[in-house]
Amino acid sequence: MPRRRRALAVAAAGAASAAGAVLLRRRAGRSRDRAELYFADGSLVTLTQGSPEADRLLAHARDLLAASRR
Amino acid sequence: MAPPADALAHLTEISTQIQFAVVFDREGTVLGSTVDDDRAGRLAAKALELFRAAEQQGQQELVQLDAAVADGTVFVVRDADRLIAATTGPEPTVGLVFYDLKTCLRGFGDEPPKPKSKPRAKRAPAKRAPAKRTTPKKKKDDAASS
Repeated sequence: MPRRRRALAVAAAGAASAAGAVLLRRRAGRSRDRAELYFADGSLVTLTQGSPEADRLLAHARDLLAASRR
Repeated sequence: MAPPADALAHLTEISTQIQFAVVFDREGTVLGSTVDDDRAGRLAAKALELFRAAEQQGQQELVQLDAAVADGTVFVVRDADRLIAATTGPEPTVGLVFYDLKTCLRGFGDEPPKPKSKPRAKRAPAKRAPAKRTTPKKKKDDAASS
């Protein structure tokens, strides 16, 4: 009986850690600031935080968001 | 189609994600917004700056953009000479917000033209009904007796 309980506890801990890893990974992916630009020919350019172009656009976006809450 | 004020009111009504929206032209003139005029002017200027900066990133004509940061997301959509900018909280449903903004902007474009005051056409003289006979008809008996 205690053997079975231990096995269940191990399985539960494993499942919980896997779920936690997935959640953390999702959160990390989401927290990445980015800008998406859609052009008339249907092309899409995604600029992620870290590149100088993205940082310039994201600074404008932060500024606008801050102004909208003032 | 709904007039501009209605288009914006409808936008905030149907989209709970949108916190504010401002419609402006390429010179930054505000055409309508969900906030007061002072704020709308400031926000339109900042949105235009963002859009112009983004335009420099590609060879093609920019039609829309979204910029997501930790605080929220900024959207700008262009339709000919008109633009609409809006903000949402973090992680919005991007496709849905773009759809709502485009619909609202189209509502601005379809503003009904002001009725022109046409010069009044000269009224044709009304056709007169044939005048009714006012004198009473003589009765046959009267006619016979006289």
